[in-house]
Formats: sequence, structure tokens, C-alpha cells
Amino acid sequence: MKAKIRKIATFVEETLREMDREISPPTRKAAAVAVIENPCAGKYVEDLSELMAIGEELGEMLTSRAVAALGIAGPSAESYGKAAAVGENGELEHAAAILHPKLGTPVRRVLGKGAALIPSSKKRGGLGTVLDIPLGHKDAAFVRSHFDGMEVQLNDAPRANEIMVAVAVTDSGRPLARVGGLTKNQIKGEDGLR
Amino acid sequence: MPEVVIRKRLTCVEAIFHEGGAVAAKPLRRAAMLTVIRNPFAGSYFEDIASFMDDLKPLGLDMARRLVAALGGDAKIVEGYGKGAIVGSAGEIEHGALWHVPGGYGMREVLGGAKAIVASTKKVGGPGTRLDIPITHINASYVRSHFDAMEVGVPDAPRADEIVLALVMTTGARVHARVGGLKASEIKGEDGLR
Repeated sequence: MKAKIRKIATFVEETLREMDREISPPTRKAAAVAVIENPCAGKYVEDLSELMAIGEELGEMLTSRAVAALGIAGPSAESYGKAAAVGENGELEHAAAILHPKLGTPVRRVLGKGAALIPSSKKRGGLGTVLDIPLGHKDAAFVRSHFDGMEVQLNDAPRANEIMVAVAVTDSGRPLARVGGLTKNQIKGEDGLR
Repeated sequence: MPEVVIRKRLTCVEAIFHEGGAVAAKPLRRAAMLTVIRNPFAGSYFEDIASFMDDLKPLGLDMARRLVAALGGDAKIVEGYGKGAIVGSAGEIEHGALWHVPGGYGMREVLGGAKAIVASTKKVGGPGTRLDIPITHINASYVRSHFDAMEVGVPDAPRADEIVLALVMTTGARVHARVGGLKASEIKGEDGLR
């Protein structure tokens, strides 16, 4: 492994009721988060290919862990998202290098498909930074019932020379989705949008 | 007998590989299970609340079982534990105290008669409140290597009329424990203390 990992955390969130209505089956979201050393911390590095390679291996590992935490097969996942928080000695561009060039391909390999853009967020922050991972349907970005987000945080990360990288996967949309728009059974799945 | 109504569950598992020192041969794992329930006593003062502890016992057992499952399914690997509660703003701290018996009972049942008192903490707070759950060795409270804590919380809970109930289990000592004191290998295991 290229990444020097200090810690990995997985979160599973299940909603069984909302506004006093039963949600059956419960909606479920999982996130896997890795806390890694930032090899580019504290200095300007022009070539960020090392971080891109780290993104590739984390894409595979974190997606596998998130899917395993839900106890489902990859292709049963419905929506996904990704996010990173860079410690104070790093640069926002470090998060971009991890998230954008190479992380997506292994995510899609684990999930079988994934025609849609993987929604993402990034920030720089200190210990306990809260990541709001955006979520969208994995095969059609316009599926309105699956626009959502998942909040994760670790009180001891990211340290100044670290990066927190997260991948979130769900097997469902929002608990009581009812604002119309494209539904998941209308997906054509050709262009990643509809 | 008020019913136990669950809105949401959150499971978090951490694997800690190092914290600046050598990478552990077996990473320390810490798992937390949080359940958001309706507070049947929210909104006014009720003198008689103690019977709700019995109603919560099946939940304590279920949460303890889910925690062991999240750690791989073998109760024998669990070495540390703790518990806590966050009461929403329409409740009182005494409602959190209802968790002492059923939370401890559930973990003892699943872990096969752990001897040490289950360290605990509780507070009243709003949605997203964080709680530092203290952790000690399951058979001897004085084992210094196992003193730890895990910060937990649910982004959208507790609402005013809810309680977040939490259990935590760990698989070992702090990752770089080296401040002496009673060791796990020196436990007599008679009084739950040493």
C-alpha cells in the first residue's frame, strides 16, 4: 500500500422511523473513512501523482469496506459520494488529487456500475472536522429521491500532516422522499444523468 | 409500560493502526452502537420512571449483540467497554440514568459475565451533541492500558423528545500504551477492580 494509514473507521446509519412513520425496510447509509499521512504536507509539491495513486487504492478499499458494512453485494448499492478533509499543513489541491483523477474507477468496479458522477466535497480543517459527504444515485444523477448527504467526523483527525478520505454508499434514498422528479425505476442509465 | 420506539441506529467501527509509533501487528478496534429512541417521559416530570429500565433490556441485549457482530462475531475478543446516553432537551438527566442497568446487563450477557463496572457518562443536549464515552477493561477496572474513550454522536439526534443510547466495545489496549500500572495479564478477576 502506498498510503500510510493511521486509522480506518466505518459508519452505518439506519433510519427506522421518520416523523413517526415506520420506514420499512429502513434506509441505510455507510461510510468508510481512512486517515492517512499527507506526503505533500508542509511544502509546495508541483506533481501530485503520489496522491492520485493513493486515491486509486483508497477508492477500492473504502468502497469495499462500506459495502461490507452494509452487508450487501456491490451492485445492490444505490447511491454514492466521496469527500476529503486535509489537515492544516496541506493544500485543498491535495484533496482534489486524491478524489478526482483515479479514485472513481475502483469505486465503480466494486459497485458493478456507476454511470453517474460521484458527488464530492472537500475542505481543509483541524481535528474533528465534520465532512458532509454528498450523495447521489450511482447510475443516474437526476434521481431526486437519492439526493442526500452523510455527515462523518473523527475527533482526532485530520492532524496537521494528515488527510481524511471518505467514501459513502447507500442501499436506499431518503426515508420519506416525496418531492417528485426522476424516480429510480425510470432510470435509462445511459448517460449517467437520467 | 411505555414502548421502546426506535428512530435510528448508528454503528461506528474504528481500526487504529498507529498513532505516530510502530504500526500495530493487530490494529486496536473500537466499536460504538448508538440507538435513537423516543423519550416516553419528555415534556413533564414523572415520578415513576424506573420500570422503563426493564423495557430497555431487550434493546441493551440487541445492541450488545450487534456490537460483537460489528467486531467480527467473536465475543472473546472484547476487552474493554463503556456506555452512555444523551437526553434531548425536553428530558432530564435522570432519563439518561435509566440506561445504566439495561446497557450493562446487555453487554454482560453477551460477553459472558464481565466483572468490572461499566464506565459511563451522560448529558442533556441537542441534535449533534458529542459524547465522550469512557472505556475500561471488562474484568478489572484498574487495568491502565485499557483506559480509553471514544467520542460519538448522531448528527440529527437527539431531538427534544428523544434519547440517544450508546454502547462501546474495544478489542484491546490503547495502540501505544506505555504508562505502566496494572496489566491485563496480571488481572486476578475476583472483585472487578484488579
